[in-house]
Amino acid sequence: MKRAINYSPSRPSAILLALLPFGLCLVIYAIGSDIRLTENPQDKLMPSFGSFADAIHALAFTENRRTGEYVFWTDTLISLQRIFIGLSISAVIGLVIGIPVAFLPTFRALFGPFIAAFALIPPLAVLPILFIIFGLGETSKIVLIVFGIAPFLTRDIMLEVIAIPREQLIKAQTLGASTWQMIVHVVFPQVIPRLFDSLRLSLGATWLFLIAAEAIASEGGLGYRIFLVRRFLSMDVILPYVAWITLLAFLMDYAFSKAARTTSRWYYLDRAA
Amino acid sequence: MTEIAIEGLGKNYGDCVVLENVNATLPDHEFAVILGPSGAGKTTLLRLLLSQEIPTRGQILIDGVPIDPEPQPDRGVVFQRYSVFPHRTVLDNVMMGPQLAAAPFTGRLWGARRRALADKAKTLLAEVGLIDHVKKYPTQLSGGMQQRLAIAQALIMEPKVLLLDEPFGALDQSTKKAMHRLILDLWQRNEMPIVMVTHDIGEAFTLGTRILMVDKARRDPQAPQAYGSTITQDIRLDPSKKPQLRVVEEGEDEASTMQAIFNQYRERASDCLVDRASDKPEERASA
Repeated sequence: MKRAINYSPSRPSAILLALLPFGLCLVIYAIGSDIRLTENPQDKLMPSFGSFADAIHALAFTENRRTGEYVFWTDTLISLQRIFIGLSISAVIGLVIGIPVAFLPTFRALFGPFIAAFALIPPLAVLPILFIIFGLGETSKIVLIVFGIAPFLTRDIMLEVIAIPREQLIKAQTLGASTWQMIVHVVFPQVIPRLFDSLRLSLGATWLFLIAAEAIASEGGLGYRIFLVRRFLSMDVILPYVAWITLLAFLMDYAFSKAARTTSRWYYLDRAA
Repeated sequence: MTEIAIEGLGKNYGDCVVLENVNATLPDHEFAVILGPSGAGKTTLLRLLLSQEIPTRGQILIDGVPIDPEPQPDRGVVFQRYSVFPHRTVLDNVMMGPQLAAAPFTGRLWGARRRALADKAKTLLAEVGLIDHVKKYPTQLSGGMQQRLAIAQALIMEPKVLLLDEPFGALDQSTKKAMHRLILDLWQRNEMPIVMVTHDIGEAFTLGTRILMVDKARRDPQAPQAYGSTITQDIRLDPSKKPQLRVVEEGEDEASTMQAIFNQYRERASDCLVDRASDKPEERASA
């Protein structure tokens, strides 16, 4: 009998094993839903898969009578736009602040402790302030994402900059590199893979901040819709929306991972994952 | 012509005296090896030469001029590790220095100047034996090949002096021998002084023309940090008494160098159970 740690499943069985928990969840839900619906056909808590299909059909493939929009796709577009703008701004802030502050000793002395303290402000606690300052429009939602994500990215990039071996920087100086050239040609390319990794890790928080902002004050977006239909206990809408958000987050995670591999091939040569 | 003069050099870290009263003059084309026990301050001395550290007392002069307080292209360096840039290919690593000098803002050359530089870099890479690996990234190279790359990267800047900080310390025996041959080759061809730190005494006497022993001359058992190290012995080697690099001469690459070293020790064998290594290819073909 082999020890458990020495048994690795073959490729086909690994795929099967990976699908198993997903399938199991669906089966358990189907059974639970069926039991509840036999007891009470009016039950709203666990709708059948048929109701999901109806709800999706109504929201995604039927024109809204009042606005003439396809609500599901409009919501998706609005939310994705907020996320992309928010994450792009956060990434730029992370690079533009993180690299110089970690790389230049004077900047580190000046801003290091401030950034560490700033990053600990709970973003949701300042959400009312953002609404007051930026109003209820798009700006406050994007600012909330930036407020929540940029400090994390900045600190992560700073750690990565500090981890660059001293020898490399001395070597660069013996090659005649100026501070600017070291930032551009030594530091920046080496933090890029880490930036993509931390973007992936912050996707969960990004969606959290987006949905929080949309839930409180919004006129559209995936989070807005979920909180709107909550009043009618419309689980047939909420659950597909949750699944859709999860799928979008998963695809974004995959896209970041691909982007990291494409832009920083050197980083993954001696790494398995 | 490059002459390095170290005058009354001392370095303290707080109350701890690491080096004191270090004096030496290295004439042109000297291969100086700094030897000494761990923690004696050999690397500190090299860092002072590099301006990675600033001396507490004294000064270092190259050709009569005090060295710049920052690391500069006049002093090339190869460390034991992390001397090359992992995000650049072998060729890009070598081309980096001249490009930074030529293009302050972008750090990139284009067109004919880039091609000329690439040709120069390739010549250098051929000299260090990496011409078949120009498109690889450093992580795809062995430890010895990474050090070859670091040397080429430093040499393209045509430094006045090459500083080596235990450059072969992490390499295995046969790779080390091949690297010894390479560095002697380059040293003779480029006619520049080399200062190398090592704790391998055999390596020091194989490569050096001059040995600087760094150790404490005085010790206070009650306050070990009170006295620093200095040069306790400064010897010039007699070139006629130099051990021959005979094993190294035979090896073309790492594998054949290993075979050559193996053959040297092989005389100790009492029985030969399997011997395929001495088969000549043509004999194998005819059999």
